[in-house]
Amino acid sequence: MNNSALSKWFVSREGVYYLLLALLLVVILPLVLDPFRLNMVGKYLTYAFVALGLVMCWGKAGILSLGQGVFFGLGGYCMAMFLKLEASSPENTAIQSTPGIPDFMDWNQLTELPWFWEPFHSFSFTLLAVIGVPVLLAFIIGFAMFTRRVGGVYFAIITQAIAAILTILIIGQQGFTGGINGITDLQTLNGWDIRTDEARTTLYFICVGMLFLCLFVARLVQNRKLGRILMAMNAQENRVRFSGYDVAAFKIFVFCLAAAFAGVGGAMFTLLVGFMSPSFIGIVASIEMVIFCALGGRLSILGAVYGALIVNAAKSGFSESFPELWPFAMGALFIGVVLAFPDGLAGLYRSYVMPLEDRLFRRDKDKGAPVAGTAASKPAAANENDDEPVIDNYSPEKS
Amino acid sequence: MKMNKQSTTGGTTGRWGLGRFKLLAASLVLAATANAAAPPTEEVNTTGLAVTDDTVTVGILHSITGTMAISEIGSVQAEKLAISQINEAGGVLGRQVEYVQEDGASDWPTFAEKARKLLRQDNVAAIFGAWTSASRKAVLPVIEQYNGMLYYPTFYEGLEQSPNVVYTGQEATQQILASLNWAAEEKGAKTFYLLGSDYIWPRTSNKIARKHIEDMRGLKVVGEEYYPLGHTQFNSVINKIKLRKPDVIFASVVGGSNVAFYKQMKAAGFDFTEEDPLLLTISVTEDEIRGIGGENVEGIYASMKYFQSLDNPNNEEFVAAFKEAYGDDMVIGDVTQAAYLGPWLWKAAVEKAGSFDIDKIREEFAGIEFNKAPEGYVRIHENHHLWSKTRIGQAQSDGQYKVVYETEELMEPDPFPEGYQ
Repeated sequence: MNNSALSKWFVSREGVYYLLLALLLVVILPLVLDPFRLNMVGKYLTYAFVALGLVMCWGKAGILSLGQGVFFGLGGYCMAMFLKLEASSPENTAIQSTPGIPDFMDWNQLTELPWFWEPFHSFSFTLLAVIGVPVLLAFIIGFAMFTRRVGGVYFAIITQAIAAILTILIIGQQGFTGGINGITDLQTLNGWDIRTDEARTTLYFICVGMLFLCLFVARLVQNRKLGRILMAMNAQENRVRFSGYDVAAFKIFVFCLAAAFAGVGGAMFTLLVGFMSPSFIGIVASIEMVIFCALGGRLSILGAVYGALIVNAAKSGFSESFPELWPFAMGALFIGVVLAFPDGLAGLYRSYVMPLEDRLFRRDKDKGAPVAGTAASKPAAANENDDEPVIDNYSPEKS
Repeated sequence: MKMNKQSTTGGTTGRWGLGRFKLLAASLVLAATANAAAPPTEEVNTTGLAVTDDTVTVGILHSITGTMAISEIGSVQAEKLAISQINEAGGVLGRQVEYVQEDGASDWPTFAEKARKLLRQDNVAAIFGAWTSASRKAVLPVIEQYNGMLYYPTFYEGLEQSPNVVYTGQEATQQILASLNWAAEEKGAKTFYLLGSDYIWPRTSNKIARKHIEDMRGLKVVGEEYYPLGHTQFNSVINKIKLRKPDVIFASVVGGSNVAFYKQMKAAGFDFTEEDPLLLTISVTEDEIRGIGGENVEGIYASMKYFQSLDNPNNEEFVAAFKEAYGDDMVIGDVTQAAYLGPWLWKAAVEKAGSFDIDKIREEFAGIEFNKAPEGYVRIHENHHLWSKTRIGQAQSDGQYKVVYETEELMEPDPFPEGYQ
């Protein structure tokens, strides 16, 4: 994209949406919220990574995974292992029978660090592992399933089973993993205390930055030929196959991509919240993540972010205001959304707000923003990037 | 965001909200006397806690939704009861106690988030809460970072002694040692089978039990097994028990698994009243029996510090007040009673320190006594745990325990027991 194309993009409808999101996350929320609430928003945003992966995997390519919590958890655990090792220096753990190993290992009568913990002394290895471990697992699952043409409901059930298996494994092997307690009491990252307000605020901005990076990657995939193939696979898998494409390879790719996003989200979660526990890996957590995506609109990249933000903010809000009734309020919200707006918030936006926008901005048309007039006529219209034609009819808002 | 701030005065919940004006008028009239009783806020609160001239806010943080709700609701009720009784008796340092309740939702990260909220947003003077070890471990770093004070009610595995927690339940040795001695001395037990759910508390408890059985008493452990939380198939262990014929099954199975375990034991032909083998549990209170059914556990022994049937005047009053507040069909288990102690011990510490400041009351914990405890009498050890008795009760078919043994002395809390590590 050359310079003029870039500036064009920024005044386009899509560009404005991204700018608005950036404005909200980088300027408005940090100014309005105190550090405590801002940290909570950061936590919600870590789920947006997973929801974003689900948009690509489920919304675009039609592969419903009910086990995204696995990848979120693996990313989070990788980061937590590094932080825990740093927190378990021999000086900090002098009262243990074996100083220098994490406290839960000591409680479980381990006397030395297990071999797979050793590499997590290295920060660069940890960063690699945060993405590498989830992607590797996704690749193995994807390879085993998609090359055998396992798909649809069967794939969803298998991912769910994997979530259950991994939870049982982690809880059962508590000497190595911290069991049901998870890995707690994480303190510093390379000597930097991550528990202070300043650190949490810095981490929030890092999280926002990472999210935009992932949004960029997702958008890139969506707007290339690759994205079109994914959408085509969703609609008519066999036609794509008969056209000579290796469907399994594309499916594996998008599943790994979703896993990578989730892994990054998990690692950011560990940093922002200060611990990791198996409760994020389980079936319930994984299904909740699908709900974030569904509420935002499963075809919309930006919708994923808003879905994760809104569901989690509502969850915190309801549970603080009505500690005894909040699950009902959440249930009502989900049922309402699924019944009334099956395309989620993004669908709602498209059908009600966009026409309004068009009427408002049509006047500005002459000024050269290649935005307005075209967007109303949904299909294939409003694509700003002349060199990258529109690729799907499903998400005309192009976000 | 509107907080769920509620208050109770004089046992009649809700009068407070309506009577703001009345209260204001009353406080004007009584200004002289009230202020004489209540030291000025700037003196008793130098760290910005939620203390005003006539109120102080505390936090209650338990799961009232999710799988743990059934266990934790009793604790919430006991804490609210204690708070309303404290208010009735004039409050703490002349201030009525208000509370903010948050739901941990049986989810450990949620506990951490809510603890942070209570300390950062609400500036509560104390948190009564957490139940499972996992939830305690999750909130612990938060409490320590913001220098809060958690009053933790559950019997737990020990190996912990935070300056920011008061442990009103028993640590493992207080529950285990005396009961094993009792089984060996009174019942002549020689062989033990250890059985538990698979997480830190049963594992640590059984580690201590095994050391005590083998090293201290020279007896024998013939089996030790763990099942995942929520496990419901106990047939294989029941067969092993039949094969190895232990004198005592020492059980620390928790939660819903208990229902399956005791029903399957019964179905396999075990009658606990025959005491062959004798079943000794450290995890079944009156609350759990409600779920399991009294007929399924009749005859088992439990080692606790409190049973609802305890015969003393404090307990009679407590049980009566609890039933009046929450209904006649309520049962009160060990943890519920320990939760009831929390607000009272906090009050005692604040009044002894003459301040709500966490750092000041921390200095005063050691030696604080509470004579009105339903379990009889408790005293805070300098390690922030309670001295309390170990009692053994035998389950009756009506779901209550009959106390058959209690230690003569208060047991010393020892969260890091020498020789048991």
